[in-house]
Amino acid sequence: MDFTLIKERAEKNWRALENLRQPLIQIGMGTCGKAAGADEVYEAAKQTLKEMNLRGRILQVGCIGTCYLEPMMAVRKPGGPFIYYGNLTAKRTEEILLSYLRHDDPKSEWAVCFIGEEPADGIPRFEDLPMIKPQVRIALRNCGIIDPENIDHYIARGGYSGLMRALRMNSGEVIQEIKDSGLRGRGGAGFPTGMKWEFARKAPGQARYIICNADEGDPGAFMDRSLLEGDPHSVLEGMLIGAYAIGCNDGYIYIRAEYPLAIKRLETALVQMKEYGLLGRNILGSQFGFQIHIKEGAGAFVCGEETALMASIAGGRGMPRSRPPFPASKGLWGNPTNINNVETLTNVSAILAQGAIWFAGCGTEKSKGTKTFALAGKVERTGLIEVPMGIRLKEIIDEIGGGVAKGKRVKAVQTGGPSGGCIPADLFDLPVDYESLAAVGSIMGSGGMVVMDEDACMVDIPRYFLSFTAEESCGKCMPCRLGTRQMLDILNDICEGKGTPEDLEILKDVSETIQKGSLCGLGQTAPNPVQTTLRYFRSEYEAHILRKRCEAGVCKPLFHYEIDPEACNGCGVCSKKCSVGAITGEKKKPHSIEPDRCTKCGACYEACKFQAVHIC
Amino acid sequence: MEQAIYQELPVGSGPDIEGLFNEISKGFKGKPDELIPMLQRVQRALGFLPEQALLEIARHTGLSAARVFGTATFYAQFRFQPVGKYIIRVCRGTACHVKGSYRLLETIEDYLQATPGQMTPDGLFTIETVACFGCCALAPIMVVNDSVYGSLNRSKALKLLDEIRGREAGVHS
Repeated sequence: MDFTLIKERAEKNWRALENLRQPLIQIGMGTCGKAAGADEVYEAAKQTLKEMNLRGRILQVGCIGTCYLEPMMAVRKPGGPFIYYGNLTAKRTEEILLSYLRHDDPKSEWAVCFIGEEPADGIPRFEDLPMIKPQVRIALRNCGIIDPENIDHYIARGGYSGLMRALRMNSGEVIQEIKDSGLRGRGGAGFPTGMKWEFARKAPGQARYIICNADEGDPGAFMDRSLLEGDPHSVLEGMLIGAYAIGCNDGYIYIRAEYPLAIKRLETALVQMKEYGLLGRNILGSQFGFQIHIKEGAGAFVCGEETALMASIAGGRGMPRSRPPFPASKGLWGNPTNINNVETLTNVSAILAQGAIWFAGCGTEKSKGTKTFALAGKVERTGLIEVPMGIRLKEIIDEIGGGVAKGKRVKAVQTGGPSGGCIPADLFDLPVDYESLAAVGSIMGSGGMVVMDEDACMVDIPRYFLSFTAEESCGKCMPCRLGTRQMLDILNDICEGKGTPEDLEILKDVSETIQKGSLCGLGQTAPNPVQTTLRYFRSEYEAHILRKRCEAGVCKPLFHYEIDPEACNGCGVCSKKCSVGAITGEKKKPHSIEPDRCTKCGACYEACKFQAVHIC
Repeated sequence: MEQAIYQELPVGSGPDIEGLFNEISKGFKGKPDELIPMLQRVQRALGFLPEQALLEIARHTGLSAARVFGTATFYAQFRFQPVGKYIIRVCRGTACHVKGSYRLLETIEDYLQATPGQMTPDGLFTIETVACFGCCALAPIMVVNDSVYGSLNRSKALKLLDEIRGREAGVHS
């Protein structure tokens, strides 16, 4: 089919939705939304329309990024703006719809923001929200805006025009365009994408493959899931462009089985692509033909590594091998193979549509464009964000994230998951780019960004990561297999109060051995969480070892809870929460904790509204 | 020490593996790269991978039993023991950890008197941990079968488990 016709039809469908003569209700139905209760909101909206005999159409959309406001709903009356409401319950959904649709009162006091031309009284514009203002959306351009299961929405907003442009160029020109854009791999390592494509293009071989790495394994990261759930076609278009540039006819998406909704959205998208002639032979009338296969991962972190991933696709244990030969020359089944991350491919489709110069206009000299982050942990506003490269950490944490909860002190931010490090608060002036983060011992990583406050123990955090890497080490390289275990044992000892000053030296030695003696990134970067915390939070290690104290109140043998009689008003909430009956006291009189009975579960500490329970 | 992956099952209590295979083999050609999808298909049907099913897969794909067992045990997704009707998966991602998922897990373990990987004696629950669900903004997360629950605390989690118990008791009484 001719693309002009496809586009015309898509635009017509999109316009019809924009000019809908009845109210349109959008509900964010990504995994985050559902976890927060979007299904109940959806049911409530459906019921309300039916029972109250109100006109309106309900559309399921992806995540708009403000996860802390989930579940969310946007309501638009014909000709008006979309008004967004957050933290909804079934009851409130019903009240809003009834009030706005029947009595024309949008309940501004419950609204979060609006999107659209016409301003809505007293409600801030989406772009002016403190969380959104510093952001630039390239990868997330459609997330939360379009129906991810409707290809027409994607096309109407400029989708597949990048592919059209690429098909009019030769492969060398497409690769040059990506090189000119300065795009670097968003999976973490930051290798220039154009150069990677060129290697695969030039490698001798009959068959060639392109793989989309959607095995988002870093705990604390969900950018790729949100992208695939919210805008799957932008990733698939990037894959098609890459395949055309490299000269391959077969592609694989290797995706985690833990992401069932993303898999479903991809499957739907592939069916639509076939219908529109965007897959199969002679794509959009060209000589280029391409197929995409979905491969579900089976829960092995190491499969995010390229050679392990290919071993897994081939049906075996996902264990890495030594490089060279690099995948670009000998990859899947011994053929030249190119592997790109989800976010990289989304950027590719944007670059081809809007041009390399446009893309390179954003970011720093060496790190172009934007980066998405999964902002989580102890900030007020958690969510999926996209920021220009070079933004300072403190802008992300204080302005976008709104800082940590009142009364708490921010301690560190963790980037790069188990391969990254903890960056202390006094370095928050640091710009976010590949080189700056590496200089302080962390990495950009795929985009996990977990903010920690004073309740996080900086010996427990590396212990947590080491327990993960020790478990996930495939066992092939001895330094990684035994070294991570050894480091974990030492950290466990320190957290149990059995640490010695020599342990810190051993940790340093073992770290270096693992880094030097491991084949793949898992081992080479596994010591990073320990090394950065030793560098920036050595005093916490020393407090654990020398004074047998865990100030954060995480390592159970190294602290106890006490109730401050001055601050306690005897409300009794803590004693109700205590499952072992360790808290006693008369009503309206200061309570106390019996240390022998206390299991240090922390329920009283969390429950007390007067901060009367102290960690001692 | 690693435990043996199989315990003896009572004779005649196993699932109908032959029947399942007659159906599964239609969808697969028996190529080596279909091994993981086949394991996933069997687990989807049975909840776990019985020994006999792995041997059947080896026969169907022509791979050695060692290769099939080796691959299956490599991946965290695969289970070798029957599971409860409700699989309670507690997310152990970084954001969940920072927000106290270790305490949530402890509470659930205490309440159900089982540890991750174990099924409760009534066959109702199996606790599992997952490295990350990718719902970090709503940490801590727990997943009951396919339903994801976010922003949990101890009492919300226990209330959920109580509701399930209550519902199940109602079914059987």
